[in-house]
Amino acid sequence: MAASGSEQALISLRGISKHFGEGETRIDALRDISLDVVPGEVVALRGPSGSGKTTLLNVIACILDPSGGRMSLDGELVYEGRWLRKDLRRLRLEKIGFIFQFHNLLPFLTATDNVALVLQLAGKTLQEAEARAGELLDYLEVGRRKSAFPAKLSGGEAQRVAIARALANRPRIILADEPTAALDSRRAQIAMDLLRKLAVDQQAAVMAVTHDEKIFDRFDRMFMLRDGKLEGVVRT
Amino acid sequence: MNLAFRDVRHNLFRFLLTCFGLSLLLSVVLAMIGIYRGIVVDAMTVARNHGVDLWVVEAGSRGPFAEASRIPGDSREGIARLAGVAAAGSVTYQTVEADRFGKKIRLYVIGFEPGRPGSPTGITRGRAIGKSRFEMVADGSTGLKIGDTVKLGRTGFTVVGLTENQVASSGDPVAFITLPDAQKLQFELAPPAARVQQARGSEGASRDTVNAVVARLAPNASVEAVAETARRWRHLSALTQAEQERVLAESLVDRARRQIGMFTSILLLVSTVIIALIVYTMTMEKIRQIAMLKLIGAPDRTIVSMIVQQALALGLTGFVFGTLLIAAIKDHFPRRVVLEADSVLALGSIVVVVCLLASVLGVRAALKADPATALGS
Repeated sequence: MAASGSEQALISLRGISKHFGEGETRIDALRDISLDVVPGEVVALRGPSGSGKTTLLNVIACILDPSGGRMSLDGELVYEGRWLRKDLRRLRLEKIGFIFQFHNLLPFLTATDNVALVLQLAGKTLQEAEARAGELLDYLEVGRRKSAFPAKLSGGEAQRVAIARALANRPRIILADEPTAALDSRRAQIAMDLLRKLAVDQQAAVMAVTHDEKIFDRFDRMFMLRDGKLEGVVRT
Repeated sequence: MNLAFRDVRHNLFRFLLTCFGLSLLLSVVLAMIGIYRGIVVDAMTVARNHGVDLWVVEAGSRGPFAEASRIPGDSREGIARLAGVAAAGSVTYQTVEADRFGKKIRLYVIGFEPGRPGSPTGITRGRAIGKSRFEMVADGSTGLKIGDTVKLGRTGFTVVGLTENQVASSGDPVAFITLPDAQKLQFELAPPAARVQQARGSEGASRDTVNAVVARLAPNASVEAVAETARRWRHLSALTQAEQERVLAESLVDRARRQIGMFTSILLLVSTVIIALIVYTMTMEKIRQIAMLKLIGAPDRTIVSMIVQQALALGLTGFVFGTLLIAAIKDHFPRRVVLEADSVLALGSIVVVVCLLASVLGVRAALKADPATALGS
């Protein structure tokens, strides 16, 4: 089953499968997953524990080899029975931004440096990186905390810095793992509104794994997974 | 942006504390090397300070330091007449325990002929021995002062001059007295024993015995040729200065060298293991951050360089602290500790290699870190 959008998809999966082990110990974590996520769209992956949400996120993040199928990211075919690019880390750096359940900021870097690091890894000079990091932190309304270390930031501020880091290289794909799990209800709504704004402004695709019912209404579509299969798509 | 530096700066106190612990270990390594060097220098000091070219000793002996050697006192006259010999002097060596204010001090007493090779050099305070009897030039490390009187055997000696850093291979400070005084001290029997000898009708052995004759050669003389000539006397043997130093290095301090070498190797091994454990622990504490770095696209070289730089920073900072520490306290050791630039640099190079080896464990753990762990799976 293909759950597709209408335009050129930023995330396009066709018949993606993933199994662990062989014979009697074989576990099919993903079975024949096909879906598309288009620019400006914010989608969720939902399902009970063990349904394959994180496995699917790992496959799309190019950190887990699928067992079969095809996958395109930002219009580039990256997997077809095998990885078609060798430098998957570079691919992640250029095309994918990550937002984590816990902000996962480096504790020994300031807010600015956490964002600038990603830009420097992509080849920007320190000055360019710091300038862009400053812009992003201002845009996410956390600019006044740019010199603070993560331990000194509130949960909401840290998550905003993490979002700034995810957006630093202007990725077209943003993958989020329980992005609001560590936030209270009000901050969760704000974070989701922010992700939606970014998706629209930057014409990016946002895909989040979530169990957080209070933000379900912030997604355009929710992909329902069960036992590794795409069971359905809910439009909100 | 240098991640290693930022991490260290953020946890500076902890880093410095770890470096301090490591510096104590490395200072012990340096101390051991310094003690070994000190033993070698001490062993050579007496032999070198005479400033001679030839040592004439008892036949079949490699004396007077490595083995016992006793030759007739008149041997010096024969040696002095050899072609190529500019000057010769008789010397005796003995270790004596003396009383000073009720406290025992050990002295390495050298008997010499004033004005001849074997006389004390480098007198820093006071004067050389001016009369033939009961005067002494002692090393400052004895704690003696000019004018002090020290009883050796049954005779009191007045300190008239002081030297610096003149110790024997055992570490005992050197004291110089005239040859007749030394011979009396070494060979004269105590009065009761002398009376017993007299009652037996024995005249006793001649007191005119020395341990060696040292000779300085004329500028163009061949030391090998003169040594060969001296060896023709069947009761004598001759060693050149180079041979004497080789005997001292190979025989006298060889066991100490091997002992300290083995201990130093064990300490270096312990240091390697400790650095490896510290680096590994530091890496494992950051494993989730490393996974996150891999996930967001940081290349392996960024991660490896962070770990290796931290290991090197740790080792080299500990090494610098350790060097400063041992430099500050080396003069308080009971025996000479010699810190030479080449030893310090060699240990610095070893520390670099040890840090690189020690970081292998951490690097291995970092490279195996699964980026998926950053996503919470």
